[in-house]
Amino acid sequence: MRPKLKFLDQALIERIVSEALDLLATLGLEVQNGNAAALLGDHGAGVDIAKGRVTLPESLVLDAVKKAPSGFELFDVLGNRTHDLSGDNVHFTPGSSGISVLDSETGTMRTPVTGDFVRFTKLTSRLPHIDAASTAFICSDVPEQIQDSYRLFLCLLYGEKPVVTGAFTIESYRLMRDLQIAVRGSADALAMKPLTIFSVCPTAPLKWSDVTAQNLLDCAADSVPVEFISMPLTGFMGPVTLVGSLVQHTAETLSGVVLSQLANPGTPVLYGGSPAAFDMRYETTPMGAVETQMIDCAYSEIGKHLGMPTQAYIGLSDSKALDAQAGLETSMGATLAALAGINSISGPGMLDFESCISCEKLVVDHEICAMAKRMEQGIEPKDDFPARPHFEEMLEEGHLLISDHTRKHLRSEHYFPGPVIERANLSRWREEGSTTLDERARTEVSRHLSEYEPSRLNEDARRELTRLMTTEAARYGMDELPARDGD
Amino acid sequence: MSILETIASHLERGEHDEVRALTETALAESIDAATVLDEGLIAGMQVVGEQFRKHEIFLPDVLMAAKAMNAGLEILEPHLSAADIKSQGKIVIGTVKGDLHDIGKNLVGIMLAGAGFDVIDLGKDVPPERFVDAAAESDANVIGMSALLTTTMPSMKTVVDLVKSRGLDGSVRTVIGGAPVTEEYANEIGADGYSFDAANAVECVKRLVEG
Ligand code: B12
Repeated sequence: MRPKLKFLDQALIERIVSEALDLLATLGLEVQNGNAAALLGDHGAGVDIAKGRVTLPESLVLDAVKKAPSGFELFDVLGNRTHDLSGDNVHFTPGSSGISVLDSETGTMRTPVTGDFVRFTKLTSRLPHIDAASTAFICSDVPEQIQDSYRLFLCLLYGEKPVVTGAFTIESYRLMRDLQIAVRGSADALAMKPLTIFSVCPTAPLKWSDVTAQNLLDCAADSVPVEFISMPLTGFMGPVTLVGSLVQHTAETLSGVVLSQLANPGTPVLYGGSPAAFDMRYETTPMGAVETQMIDCAYSEIGKHLGMPTQAYIGLSDSKALDAQAGLETSMGATLAALAGINSISGPGMLDFESCISCEKLVVDHEICAMAKRMEQGIEPKDDFPARPHFEEMLEEGHLLISDHTRKHLRSEHYFPGPVIERANLSRWREEGSTTLDERARTEVSRHLSEYEPSRLNEDARRELTRLMTTEAARYGMDELPARDGD
Repeated sequence: MSILETIASHLERGEHDEVRALTETALAESIDAATVLDEGLIAGMQVVGEQFRKHEIFLPDVLMAAKAMNAGLEILEPHLSAADIKSQGKIVIGTVKGDLHDIGKNLVGIMLAGAGFDVIDLGKDVPPERFVDAAAESDANVIGMSALLTTTMPSMKTVVDLVKSRGLDGSVRTVIGGAPVTEEYANEIGADGYSFDAANAVECVKRLVEG
């Protein structure tokens, strides 16, 4: 049996959805993008130009929900299937769009540059339980106008995994699409085999900004999957209660579903989010708060009830260092998310309210992800019954170390963590240098980087990626991209 | 407890009706309006600030107290001489061009308004010229800018430079904030102030206005 976490009963889910439908039909949305407002208007939404609001009749919303796919697949740069985002399948991806990196040498946060991004992407490519890459942070050594697209360029050049990403402006989308087409060969091939997921964020409460709405329409037109990132902040930009925040989240996310399915029926979507239990003492948006994580798991239940695959920013920490708080918040989140069957879990490697990325944290979190995945597989009998023969064998041999049963199931039944998780006995641990987690994580990062193997993406595609990016950089006054090792 | 202490304690609890009524009573008892302001309202607000810093009370309590403060001020204003109403100052505030994050900026605006500042909110995605034009037109003392995206931060420097090139740097100070913004960045671009949260933003803007 797959273990399954539930916070909401059926009646509560239905009530939350019906309250959200009521919000959409009566208060409606503020839509700051003309194309989106027109599209909604053309399909029966009430557009009140004077008030600047768009109301969505229930039938329009329910129709869109029906059209939204119940799952979709992702493919790596080589075209191999890596993700089946459906059912309760769980996939992890590093946190995205950080502002700083935790420097490996000094342990302090600083502004990232190209070298940091290449390192992080190489590391991601090495970790089997981190299923996708992410455009994890911003490189400060390229012009602002290309800082969002440049991350995708580096991801596609240095890693093979699909990428969770997003654009910061309307203009950036075009290049970010072209980079993907460079990998796949054509727009059709890209639509057949999605390579990325774009984050699109409605603004609380019930608002679609020009940028976000246009990004959504553009992605839909190209059948590029999107994840809706609604962010109620409890008691501030959202009701203080978990149920109230869920109503808001449901309404905002459903409005995104409507836009995407009107723009292009069947557009792959993730029912996602990044709500936060707003901290009224520090004025912050903690991702490690237990209530944040409860809202995440609960809206995932609602998304599944509505028949869509889900996503959440969970499995990350607000701590400023790789410390016990980082471990506890990340593992609580990753565990809950896996038990809730959230299909795409964004967070590993991240600290400081979605602001900071750490390579060392990623290798530690990789172990958390692996353990969460193991747990999610649950407890199943494996040649266990009848039980008596195993016990007869043990009594006869004195142990089961070399029994067929042991040898057959040892490696699949148990997950053996890498060296960052300390399981030696005391004497051996001392003999091997009494290392701390931080030291072991640093050693692991170095080992992975030294064993990195370049992406197998073909030479033509790589050249085209570089050409596209170089041309774009030149438009903003940078004639040569920052030097990267290995090229 | 004196009536002024009672006003202060109701203000601390955010009870605006009581603060308004007691402020009227104090005036009826011929207590000097400036004294009611200093020893009643402002004294209460100081306690609130202190309690918030110590996490004894939370953000909503501070905002309720500010609301009570304003209720009392409304009653006092006609009785205060121009010199007594030390209008805290005027600030033009907004989120910089290309950036749609306005939650932090709004909170800073709310707290500044609560502390008695005249706040002109330009909204989000505000072009550099608009900050400077609005400050010049309204005779503001301070321009406050918020950026949450690393990609939009450079717009803050543009504003700081514009303030200088238009010769307004004698009268208009600049203050910046937002998750990717730091004290060092403020120094680097020549902004006059930086603050990491709304309560400290109030202190920071007060310092700038006092000069
Ligand atoms: C909420 C949020 C949103 C909401 C914003 C809603 C709104 N109305 O503002 C939505 C969902 C719309 C959103 C959208 C996006 N977001 Co956003 N968002 C956040 C989040 C989670 C919290 C910000 C927040 O409101 N915090 C709570 C408030 C109270 O705190 P604050 O803003 O820091 O403000 C305080 C202080 O900084 C200070 N302060 C702030 N302003 C000022 C001004 C002055 C004068 C002073 C003195 C002080 C001061 O005082 C405030 C009160 O304490 C941050 C994460 C983070 N680490 O900050 C990401 C974050 C800022 N977003 C990010 C991104 C990438 C985006 C998008 C581009 C995503 C996308 N692809 O669609 C879009 C932006 C599009 C655009 N062009 O702007 C990134 C930024 C990455 C980067 N490197 O720059 C972050 C860091 C998250 C992440 N890792 O992805 N986002």
